[in-house]
Amino acid sequence: MENPQQKKKQQEYARYVKQVTPMHCLPSNMAKAFLTGGIICVIGEGIISLAETWGASQKDAGTWCSVILILLSVILTGLNIYPKIGRFGGAGSLVPITGFANSVAASAIEFKAEGQVFGIGCKIFTIAGPVILYGIMSSWILGVIYYILRITEVIS
Amino acid sequence: MNYFHAFWVGGLICALVQILLDRTKLMPGRVMVLLVCSGTLLSALGLYKPFADFAGAGASVPLLGFGHVLWEGMKEAIDKDGLLGLFTGGFTACAAGVSAALIFSYIASWIFRPRMRK
Amino acid sequence: MIPSCMQGAASLSFPIPVYVQSCASIVSQKEAEGPLGKHFDMVCPDPKFGEDTWEASESTLQKDTALLAIRKSGLSIPEIRLAFAGDLLAQTSASSFGIAGIGIPFYGLFGACSTMGEALSLGAMAVSAGYASHVLCATSSHFATAEKEFRFPLGYGSQRPASATWTVTGSGACVLGDCPPALPVPGQSAPLRTEKGCAVIQGITTGKLIDYGMKDSLNMGACMAPAACDTICQNLFDFGRSPDDYDCIFTGDLGTVGQRILQDLLLEKGVDISRQHQDCGMLIYDSKAQDTHAGGSGCGCAASVLTSFILPGVADGKWNRVLFVPTGALLSKVSFNEGDTIPGIAHAVIIEHREVQP
Repeated sequence: MENPQQKKKQQEYARYVKQVTPMHCLPSNMAKAFLTGGIICVIGEGIISLAETWGASQKDAGTWCSVILILLSVILTGLNIYPKIGRFGGAGSLVPITGFANSVAASAIEFKAEGQVFGIGCKIFTIAGPVILYGIMSSWILGVIYYILRITEVIS
Repeated sequence: MNYFHAFWVGGLICALVQILLDRTKLMPGRVMVLLVCSGTLLSALGLYKPFADFAGAGASVPLLGFGHVLWEGMKEAIDKDGLLGLFTGGFTACAAGVSAALIFSYIASWIFRPRMRK
Repeated sequence: MIPSCMQGAASLSFPIPVYVQSCASIVSQKEAEGPLGKHFDMVCPDPKFGEDTWEASESTLQKDTALLAIRKSGLSIPEIRLAFAGDLLAQTSASSFGIAGIGIPFYGLFGACSTMGEALSLGAMAVSAGYASHVLCATSSHFATAEKEFRFPLGYGSQRPASATWTVTGSGACVLGDCPPALPVPGQSAPLRTEKGCAVIQGITTGKLIDYGMKDSLNMGACMAPAACDTICQNLFDFGRSPDDYDCIFTGDLGTVGQRILQDLLLEKGVDISRQHQDCGMLIYDSKAQDTHAGGSGCGCAASVLTSFILPGVADGKWNRVLFVPTGALLSKVSFNEGDTIPGIAHAVIIEHREVQP
């Protein structure tokens, strides 16, 4: 089936389709993403300062910030508000940690109907699983390199 | 001033990622993976720390910051425990975020029901 | 020797017309707010149709629509010999659970969004061949089950590209039979018959799988338009007709992108259908006001527009002869993840107005 003539025809069609397919206006979408992402980060900054004024260390304040943003995101997902933010903000709601929490909460709520173990249990990671897997893998690989460099005393 | 930097840096990262979403076939899932992996790499190269010090939540709240936290934890664990640290560092570092997401989401699944999008 | 109904290479022309006895459509609130809102038989404001899960609600939706079509026909359930039904869920479970409760011998179909064309084709063949005096054809789709099956959980916040379509929450069903529909009995039955006449299926063209190597599941129009083009050309060729022999050509759910591509592809072959072409996906929603991007899609899209708008229009003589061409993009989640292409298919059904002697 993969003859060159057919392949050429397919490429031509793909080019043509690309030409006639409308796209969202990129600058306006970027502006919305900027606004949404910016606001979420400002809320995060607010949580950090609040935690610090209550005596948390800088590191703990960052952790509190994550935990509270995740909580807010899960609640907004449950109330069906986060999908609306996502529709408006695009990357602005996907990139912050709240987007990660949204993907976990949305899966948990949706797949509860399929059971505690095979529904929520398996499918809670449908979207967020890759983030955890590749986050752990990439830090592990970099860790191995770091470890080797350390024992060979390339870095101290 | 902190708030201002957090706003524009966080916003800028999101706006740039929007280009990936709109102009490539990377679906949201791949973009999220890309961000976390880039975060660990930037952090391991020592580039993320100064950036995070400057932008505060603007650098830590995006998923890049999640990668940064993962690497910091990994490095700390290797420095402390050596080889074993390679296997404890990652999950220790992201424990709070992942646990919070799982616990709150599980509770949410008992409170909320899936709803139709308008 | 059985007299042949074969016409050309891929079509059938029924010597005795197959009558559409009745048709019914049920949709959710969003479709009711669209331009065709007043045409639907029933609107259910609860997107769960009184059930606990989305899957069960789609089954109920399809079952209720099928029962409504049978009730409108004035026939009793045992008089329906066969049911042809399908939907978008894996293993067409919405139809299995929906039609199971009615107790009609059942064939489950999958043709993605073209399923209504497949059901009508097979149903008309069965009636015309004398295998069944009456058959039921039904399909449904549900926004929530389709999102779950093919995309993300509903609570996930994501943007849809401008070429994406919105899955219709709705179902359409019709009863086909070998004799003209009876006259309506107010309060009891409402067969598809007006003073002017009724609608008949005069012929069909079965579509081939057409694969132009598209892989973008969020641009279904581009995946399906080549199939629609192929089937429409085949139909015109087999019957020796020109587009002007049809008052209208309704494609299923190509959307704005697919419509443009279809018309371009046909023009390349020297066929101009811009005068009579309409697309069910574009008819059902007001894409600006309802934010549905390229249009509606799903088995329920073509089916609910057919049963609410097209068939009553034909029966009423608004159009004399129309070509109904629902299109489907045959992808599964697995084939998509494994990087396979998305082949398209389209089945054409010729529906004609017929006068009935009282």
